[in-house]
Amino acid sequence: MLTVDQVEKSYGGAGRLSRRGKKVLQNISFVVEEDEVLGIIGESGSGKSTLGRLLLGIEKPDKGTLHFDDRDIAARAGRRRISAVFQDYTSSIHPYYTVEKALAEPLKLYGWKDGDIGLRIDFLLRQVGLDSSYRSKYPHELSGGEAQRVCIARAISTEPKCIVLDEAVSSLDASVQFQVLELLKELKASYGISYIFITHDIQAAVYLCDRLMFIRSGQIEEIVSARQLTEVRSEYAAAMLDMALRLAGQGEASSAGGEQRKERIW
Amino acid sequence: MTIHRKMWSDKLTAISLTVIAMVAFLGICAPWFAPHSPEQVHMELRYASPSWQYLLGNDHLGRCVLSRLIYGIRPSVLWVLAALLVSLSFGGILGILAGYFRGKTDQMIMRVCDIMLSFPGYVMSLAVVGILGPGIQNILIAFVIMKWAWFARVIRTSVMQFAEADYVRFAKAIGVGNAVIIWKHILPVALPDIAVISSSAFGTMILQISGLSFLGLGIQAPHAEWGMMLNEARGVMFSRPELMLAPGLAIVIVVSAVNFCSDALQAALDPKLQKNTRKPLRGQGLFPAKPKGEEVA
Amino acid sequence: MRIWDHTTGKVVVYNSSFQVSQGRCLAIVGESGSGKSVTCRAIMRLNTFKMRQSGNIRLNGVDLAELSEADMRRHRGRHLCLIMQNGMRAFDPSSPVGSHFRDTLWQHYGWSRSQITSRMAKAMGSVRLQDPVALMNKYPHQLSGGMLQRMMIALAIVLEPTLIIADEPTSALDTLSQYEVMEQLIALRAETGCAMIFVSHDLSLVQRIADDIVVMRDGEILEHGTTADIFSGTRHEYTRHLLEAKQRLNRNFSNRMGGLQHVDR
Repeated sequence: MLTVDQVEKSYGGAGRLSRRGKKVLQNISFVVEEDEVLGIIGESGSGKSTLGRLLLGIEKPDKGTLHFDDRDIAARAGRRRISAVFQDYTSSIHPYYTVEKALAEPLKLYGWKDGDIGLRIDFLLRQVGLDSSYRSKYPHELSGGEAQRVCIARAISTEPKCIVLDEAVSSLDASVQFQVLELLKELKASYGISYIFITHDIQAAVYLCDRLMFIRSGQIEEIVSARQLTEVRSEYAAAMLDMALRLAGQGEASSAGGEQRKERIW
Repeated sequence: MTIHRKMWSDKLTAISLTVIAMVAFLGICAPWFAPHSPEQVHMELRYASPSWQYLLGNDHLGRCVLSRLIYGIRPSVLWVLAALLVSLSFGGILGILAGYFRGKTDQMIMRVCDIMLSFPGYVMSLAVVGILGPGIQNILIAFVIMKWAWFARVIRTSVMQFAEADYVRFAKAIGVGNAVIIWKHILPVALPDIAVISSSAFGTMILQISGLSFLGLGIQAPHAEWGMMLNEARGVMFSRPELMLAPGLAIVIVVSAVNFCSDALQAALDPKLQKNTRKPLRGQGLFPAKPKGEEVA
Repeated sequence: MRIWDHTTGKVVVYNSSFQVSQGRCLAIVGESGSGKSVTCRAIMRLNTFKMRQSGNIRLNGVDLAELSEADMRRHRGRHLCLIMQNGMRAFDPSSPVGSHFRDTLWQHYGWSRSQITSRMAKAMGSVRLQDPVALMNKYPHQLSGGMLQRMMIALAIVLEPTLIIADEPTSALDTLSQYEVMEQLIALRAETGCAMIFVSHDLSLVQRIADDIVVMRDGEILEHGTTADIFSGTRHEYTRHLLEAKQRLNRNFSNRMGGLQHVDR
């Protein structure tokens, strides 16, 4: 469904001495199938967010192509059925817009009739677990979790086939993070949307994704199925997973074998 | 609630707007409102105190202060405002383009700005006036040339921070056009910043005009202008301070009215600053205080 | 020696009191807006004017609330050290990080330039930062968030404070640096034997580092107990809810890592 082929991107050039000619992404190729969740995992500065922007057509690649359903993402028609949720919930909704207005914007753009938009907004809010009283709220009146739910509602409003989630849960509290992940799972189950989940949080990625793509300094290290994490080949991916496991509070166990590990799972 | 209704609902703003409107009206219709000719000299009335015939008294040449004040609106307020709008829109457009598109556009516009800004303001306007000859129009042209780069710089910085915001990115992602994004998503949010810098620029411009008039490059002598009136009254600052009062107060009132309006515009646009909104629900330290919490320093 | 810490009554934090003893680590857990950061800043007296506080905060018997501003400044850094959430914002962006260290250490200890550099270099070596002298000449934006955070820890090592307050030190970092920073914090405790207040919303991190846990919600302390107690048998619905969220992610992750035999779907 989504094909990324030999993509390369570098920043800088004019004036910016520090970043002149720096390659942020090179030789990126992968495919996302319909109804699949791909996790893109990398540290800050690995180029994962740049990749996200390329997928959304906000920036153009220097080389290579991105196709969605055999149409080039660079053209607007090509990315009509791709949507997005971003990280920073404090800036992800126009600060002067009410929730209603923010949700109406993409709908209007996609040619919905004014009469239908009202009903649609109610429906969308219900879908993400909010009620109609949120329609008249401004972004600063929402908590992080609520704001992110509104963003998800906005993302699904145009019936996309694929949503790019750029660190969509990273700045949320652990408990809220989980609720949002659950919500994403439910939505996927009921609409069959595929996600591209860009994150540094391996645990969240493993929870949500079918496949994981590890990216480091602009290059793909490995793509692995989330069901076969024990079979990672690249050192980097293994190190990342190990680190995450230790963070999860089961560090010592990872080298000591399965039985002990099972006991330590709280 | 529409923006202008919100602004009218605040008393101070309503007063400020009325003041500005009245001043503009007075200035435009000066010949009908001024009780006397502003340039008519009455040597026998030099430094006369206010009387029923001359409500604000007479200046060092016996001219009617009130009439001069009213005629002075034209160069001091209306023309300055016009010059401000021209340089603001020029600088604003370039600043927004530079801040939004970044990259090469930004580089080019900013280098030009840097060159413009590297000339000291007064020297630049002296040069322009020197080339074009003295007179109010030429000073205004000099102002436009001088100020736009500064506006462009400041507005670019303000726009840049919003252009990076996630809601703008989302709009780009779903395919909203650049023009619409700038108009709907960036301009309203950057407007408060723009309003603040332009209202402060307004004050300085009035004073700069008077400075240039003082050098004999601005308004030519008999014509009335607020800054020049201040200058003329300066000589008798200690013996007849009230002569300074009229133009001084006029400047203060107009500048503060403009300032209040820019504040009010910000408050009207930004839902966070509205008094009548519901209590914010979340955020650092925004919990409604429970009565049991003891408040002691 | 005993450190005694006691806050009572605030606009956003109500009648909360807790204590940290020498060498122990207390974790304050809660969701955003629960008042944990405000509590920390209250201890440091870094809250804005709008926030008022009452009650007493005592450090080694000294009531911090009654110290003058100048004394307090001396106390911060020397006895209290704050490790902030965002390394980028914690350092002055217009000067190299080294000069920040110099200012701080000179202020508190009056050491000479070379003394400071050598001590800092040693401390930075111990938080596994290579080439400390070069790093100290860099500006904050040239360094990664994890590095800055570790430099802040290095500074804490040199300062040898009695109490370190770490306010969400890892939330802004990615997994790899998160891990490293956590390791260094644990090492820091072992090295200096100082007390620590660790603020976080992530319970799995808390489990690694803390001896005691305080659970906060809407400005109130819901629960207070040792880490083992809270994790094994919490009495509160809310704590359970917090635990549950992270546990399920962890369990899922560990299952996947444990191989196919554990996968539940």
